[in-house]
Amino acid sequence: MCMTHAEPHQKQRLAFALWGPRTASLLVLLFLGLILEVLVASGIADPSIVAAPSEMLMSLERLFTKDNLGAAFLITLAQALSATFLAMLIGLPLGWTLFRYEVLGRAYRGWLAAMFAAPLVLLYPLFLVIIGRNYGTTITMGVITGSIPVALYTCEALHKVSPTLLKVGAAFNLTARQTFTLIQVPAAVPDAFTGIRLGLIYSLVNIIGIEFLIDFGGLGRVVSTMFFRYDIPGMYAAIFFIILISLLFLTVLKKVERWLRPV
Amino acid sequence: MAQTSMNSGLRRQVLTLQVLTPAVVVILWELIARSGILYEGVVPTILEVASAFWNELSSPELYHHFGVTLMELFGGFTIATLVGVVTGIALGSRPFVSSVADPFLSSLATTPKIIFLPVVMLIFGIGPESKVALGALGGFFPIALSTMSGTLNVRPVLVNVGKALNLTRWQMLIKIYLPSLVGPIIRGMRLGLGVTIIAILLGEIKLSNAGLGFLAIEYYNTFHIASMYSILIIIFLTALSINAVMSYISQRFDRA
Repeated sequence: MCMTHAEPHQKQRLAFALWGPRTASLLVLLFLGLILEVLVASGIADPSIVAAPSEMLMSLERLFTKDNLGAAFLITLAQALSATFLAMLIGLPLGWTLFRYEVLGRAYRGWLAAMFAAPLVLLYPLFLVIIGRNYGTTITMGVITGSIPVALYTCEALHKVSPTLLKVGAAFNLTARQTFTLIQVPAAVPDAFTGIRLGLIYSLVNIIGIEFLIDFGGLGRVVSTMFFRYDIPGMYAAIFFIILISLLFLTVLKKVERWLRPV
Repeated sequence: MAQTSMNSGLRRQVLTLQVLTPAVVVILWELIARSGILYEGVVPTILEVASAFWNELSSPELYHHFGVTLMELFGGFTIATLVGVVTGIALGSRPFVSSVADPFLSSLATTPKIIFLPVVMLIFGIGPESKVALGALGGFFPIALSTMSGTLNVRPVLVNVGKALNLTRWQMLIKIYLPSLVGPIIRGMRLGLGVTIIAILLGEIKLSNAGLGFLAIEYYNTFHIASMYSILIIIFLTALSINAVMSYISQRFDRA
């Protein structure tokens, strides 16, 4: 009897723990939107500086139909995925090399960590000069900023493989290649994926940033165009869309990471 | 003994690599600059860059722009730290509120801050104020997220002791929360400082009339490429020095 009462109660609590904050987040967003709408409508907030949320949402539709926001998104996505793919082609072997050869690891890991913290995106004028104002520059910047976390986390992941697993491999007389493919690689996947996730986010952020700065390419260019056109609702709509894309990327990547790390 | 000699051998190899690598980079740079593969002037020789670097260092104009950037950095980072810490503690001290705020903070934290430049320019104009605001916005998220996570993880036993002693909210903050939050706040500040530097310099590059970012893009626009490289070197040296100071502070005070 007690169990039958406790179970639905527990389910309710679990559902609240899961959906309560999400519903509240949505309500907060709606509430903030409403306040902004009232402030703009009443003239307290200057409409030449802040767009009313209703106007912004209507502009979003216009951005899709007239200003090719969908195509801009695909351009940015294609650049970010290409840059991340290239960053993986560079970063994964580099991370393995730094793990495999101790002298290289000791010599360069600190440098890579310093580069990870350095404002590498500021190098873009250098690539503008060398490559020009084209996708080569945006993708190169994405590759540079993306490959460093991939390499660092791959190296870290291989270092973190449990010695017990390696001992089990040794007990089964595995060769070095078998140990690498059957033990080290599968064990390192979750941590190495964290590097790939960061690499993708860094690439995306830097590509959008550079698109905005050089007024070229996808989503970043749309924000810049709207600003210079002084289309305030359109500009806010484009910024809102980029925030939504960031949230989508973050959510999907975190879910994949959780799936790769079941325990 | 064998271990020691192996370690010193390894150390020598590491040192050799660390000395040789920049030398190889410099030689490669010089070869590319002199090869004619790229358009003339796109990759200046090391001597030209060194000469431009020296000219910049002896020019009073550089120090004016350097001062503007440092002032913007100081303003932006101070605001980011104060607002970030207060917000982080306020949100983190109530787990439900923190889980409601988390989607907003996380998605805004991963959004490129430079796209907010038009918004801050509409509010503050193209002067240093808009760069301070953009820097503050950039630095705010890592500091707030780190402080919020730190506040959520303050040991419950400490909070319970505080409650048992009937501490006021102010006393709880000063005696219980803040001493436990030194590590997370410093870690957040370290991350936030990097983002603030980037946001300010990119803001200067896009639309400004002073600062190191403005100077670099001005040289690019007038095709003074060697001078542009020298400004980029100055920017990187400054960023690395500030990061080194922050790392030192982090190691000194963060005992996590």
